[in-house]
Amino acid sequence: MAEPPVGTGTDPLPATGPAEPAGATPSPSQGPDRRRSFTGVVDRFFGGLSTLAALVLIALPALLIVIITQASWRAIVRFGPGFVIGQFWVPSASPTSPITFGAAPFVAGTLETSVIAMLIGVPLSIGAAIFLAELAPDWLRAPVASVVDLLAAVPSVVFGLWGLYVLVPYMRSNVDPALVHYLGWTPLFASHAGSQSGVSVLTASIILAIMILPTISSVSREALRATPDSQREAALSLGATRWEATRLGPLAYARSGIFGAAILGLGRAMGETMAVTMTIGNSDNFATSLFDPGQTLSSKIAINFGNALPLEKSALIELGLILMGLSLLVNVAARLMLRSMTRMGGSAP
Amino acid sequence: MTGDKLVVENLNAWYGKTHAVQDISLSFPDKRATAIIGPSGCGKSTFIRCLNRIHETQPKARAEGKVLLDGADVYADDPTEIRRKIGMVFQRPNVFPTMSIYGNVAAGLKLHGGYSHDEMDRLVIESLKKAALWEEVKEKLDQSALQLSGGQQQRLCIARALAVQPEVLLMDEPASALDPISTARIEDLIFDLKNQVPVVIVTHNMQQAARVADRTAFLYLGKLVEVAPTRDLFERPAEKLTESYITGRFG
Amino acid sequence: MRPPKRLRRRVKSAVLLGLCATAVLITLLPLASILLECFVNGAGAITPAFFLQNPPPPCNPGPTTPCPVGGIQDALLGTLLLVVVASLIALPVGILGGIYLSEFQDRPLARPARFLADVMTGIPSIVIGVFVFGIFLFFAEQGWISSFSITSGYTGAVALAVIMIPVVARTCEEALRLVPVSIREASLALGIPRHRTILRIVLSAARGGVITGALLAVARAGGETAPLLLTAGFTTGAITGLSGWTPSLPVLIYYSAAGGYANTTQLAWGAALMLVLIMLLISVGARLALRNKFGGRTA
Repeated sequence: MAEPPVGTGTDPLPATGPAEPAGATPSPSQGPDRRRSFTGVVDRFFGGLSTLAALVLIALPALLIVIITQASWRAIVRFGPGFVIGQFWVPSASPTSPITFGAAPFVAGTLETSVIAMLIGVPLSIGAAIFLAELAPDWLRAPVASVVDLLAAVPSVVFGLWGLYVLVPYMRSNVDPALVHYLGWTPLFASHAGSQSGVSVLTASIILAIMILPTISSVSREALRATPDSQREAALSLGATRWEATRLGPLAYARSGIFGAAILGLGRAMGETMAVTMTIGNSDNFATSLFDPGQTLSSKIAINFGNALPLEKSALIELGLILMGLSLLVNVAARLMLRSMTRMGGSAP
Repeated sequence: MTGDKLVVENLNAWYGKTHAVQDISLSFPDKRATAIIGPSGCGKSTFIRCLNRIHETQPKARAEGKVLLDGADVYADDPTEIRRKIGMVFQRPNVFPTMSIYGNVAAGLKLHGGYSHDEMDRLVIESLKKAALWEEVKEKLDQSALQLSGGQQQRLCIARALAVQPEVLLMDEPASALDPISTARIEDLIFDLKNQVPVVIVTHNMQQAARVADRTAFLYLGKLVEVAPTRDLFERPAEKLTESYITGRFG
Repeated sequence: MRPPKRLRRRVKSAVLLGLCATAVLITLLPLASILLECFVNGAGAITPAFFLQNPPPPCNPGPTTPCPVGGIQDALLGTLLLVVVASLIALPVGILGGIYLSEFQDRPLARPARFLADVMTGIPSIVIGVFVFGIFLFFAEQGWISSFSITSGYTGAVALAVIMIPVVARTCEEALRLVPVSIREASLALGIPRHRTILRIVLSAARGGVITGALLAVARAGGETAPLLLTAGFTTGAITGLSGWTPSLPVLIYYSAAGGYANTTQLAWGAALMLVLIMLLISVGARLALRNKFGGRTA
């Protein structure tokens, strides 16, 4: 906040400070002047260099949009806005169908998996954040928090491997049958023929829920920790129980921060690729039941990109364009939420 | 002659290894305001925070001894019930920033439950009137409490504490963060309030103690030095230490 | 009417707080399971040959047919090369960007640059992969590079660099901001020019935080799979420098996991164990670097 009151790159400070006595310079009319201008040039050069780096930071997102649009232009021109609602992905013409590409099943898959992941992951991560920020004794807090954060350091392909060889069999033999038994009468949990393999929209969503836990819980934890003690005491002094004091104090105070954290998690869930690709079953059809295999925007790109011909590649890049649009929307929203939190933190008592 | 509402016997309190309150015994009569004065760090805040058991909610904080409310030990009861019966106002106004003015005053009532809509409205209005805030906020009860001034926020906190109908009101330097005009209003308020509920006020401002309190206790280094009717304590202190403090020789 | 209500509130409080504690346990469960499974299934694959061979053709061991597990030699080398080249691009740009965000924060570019860097860190890595593929595709369409060079280690390294730059910039900024203004003033008052003040004094005071940020970015890049799938490609053969298809550890895990063959599955677990160990090591290293950051030393 407090920028040091120093010269900028275009306004270099005199190179001759108190460190250099005036008499020490043999030719006072030339020496300091030359050094000053040399320092000025270096300072300006350095300032320019870091400005260039800042420009890179600004240019990258802009370039991202331009390049991805440009690379998907073929598909955009060919299929128009119908691409977004198109339901079929036919990369080579057959007697029954011409070449056609549509994003709808993948958009649906992305939304479906990330919404379910949020439903599972958000309560868990907020609960964990409350425990770590408000309830845990000091000696427990730091170690457990860093272990939770370690979860974020596990590469997503390792989550995928674990999902494929540990979670999928577990879902197939334990969770899915139980859910079918109790909830099979609802369309969401309907059991179709061949939908009992364990690879499914539900399995991918559960993996996603696990993967967004550290993101949401660590950002929420920070938001909760930022609540002044006076808020907790205000609630306690009215006779609140510990839970009520947490709800009235930190949870209310940090709510925009927690909301921002959840949206960051949503962004991560929507874009996650490998773990989903390895557990969702990769079917281009709409998943009507959670036990059906499905496909998300990112998993479709990952699966098909390597062997795609130019037109299909362009269509896959257009899927990337849609995914980018969705995640830009979500991320800008999250950042604005988190920013409003800092503002409230500054003005509230 | 009214009896003692709150009686403290041999109270000791610690922050980690710091023995902040050392063996203090003190009683607070009904319908009176008692001031607790002393230099900073003398344990007066810790002392008052033990009375409604909010001290123990801090990590590494601990208290021992007896605090009797109408003869019943506060430390033997459910702390949430104790804190409802013994209200508290803090150094800095701590309104709930996400709630409206009405919501702030009603917060305690909602927690404890069992109030009808009308009852709640009545209690909220009554408390705001008692806190001398009603006239200023009656047109904007549903607006955020954050847009009130600091002094108004502190009176809102007083209204919030009064709404749950406490039997004792604790105030921990309630005017230390306020400007002189707001401070004067709070002092007037305390003077009126003590007729309804006994008030215990911690202050480092001796003039304030002299203005609002019937009795004053002087704490020094965690120990109770002297307690007497306010006039006596300031005019004829029994202890040398008290005299040095009130004449400004230290602190 | 009050006592039952009081009891209900106490029970509710206890139950909800208990649920919060349970949430922590549920969070820790998958991590424990992942680490355990990696050790149980992967430790057996890690022999000296594991580092000196490449992935074998997939097979299931029969009574007579040998079915080797193979190793990760060139994939490990590939990951190393990719990360080094990516760091050579991303660290200077990111650190200079961080310096701008912190030291020139009153300049007009600082706010948008910070906001966009934050937004960039939230863009899915596969979109970054598509982006960098698009750049090189454009180069090929212009005839600047051969269309065979689109899928190459260089493309992969650029993709990783794009992922790293905003992370490095933001963590570097945060680290620099922890250095008190008084230190900058002291240095400038001695007549030390601004660029030297920043590079020698401020950056060195904040080096713990900067190193931590760099390590975290390296860890993130080293674990990425999706963008490399689109850019660097993969081969089970020997690595031929970054100009051709370049294998990497994460992509090896992905391809080896598919199919369910005994030997490649075990290879995948072994590689996953290696990758997780490397990640944990970096993350512990980052924490240690942060421990003796500015504050403990200079102040």
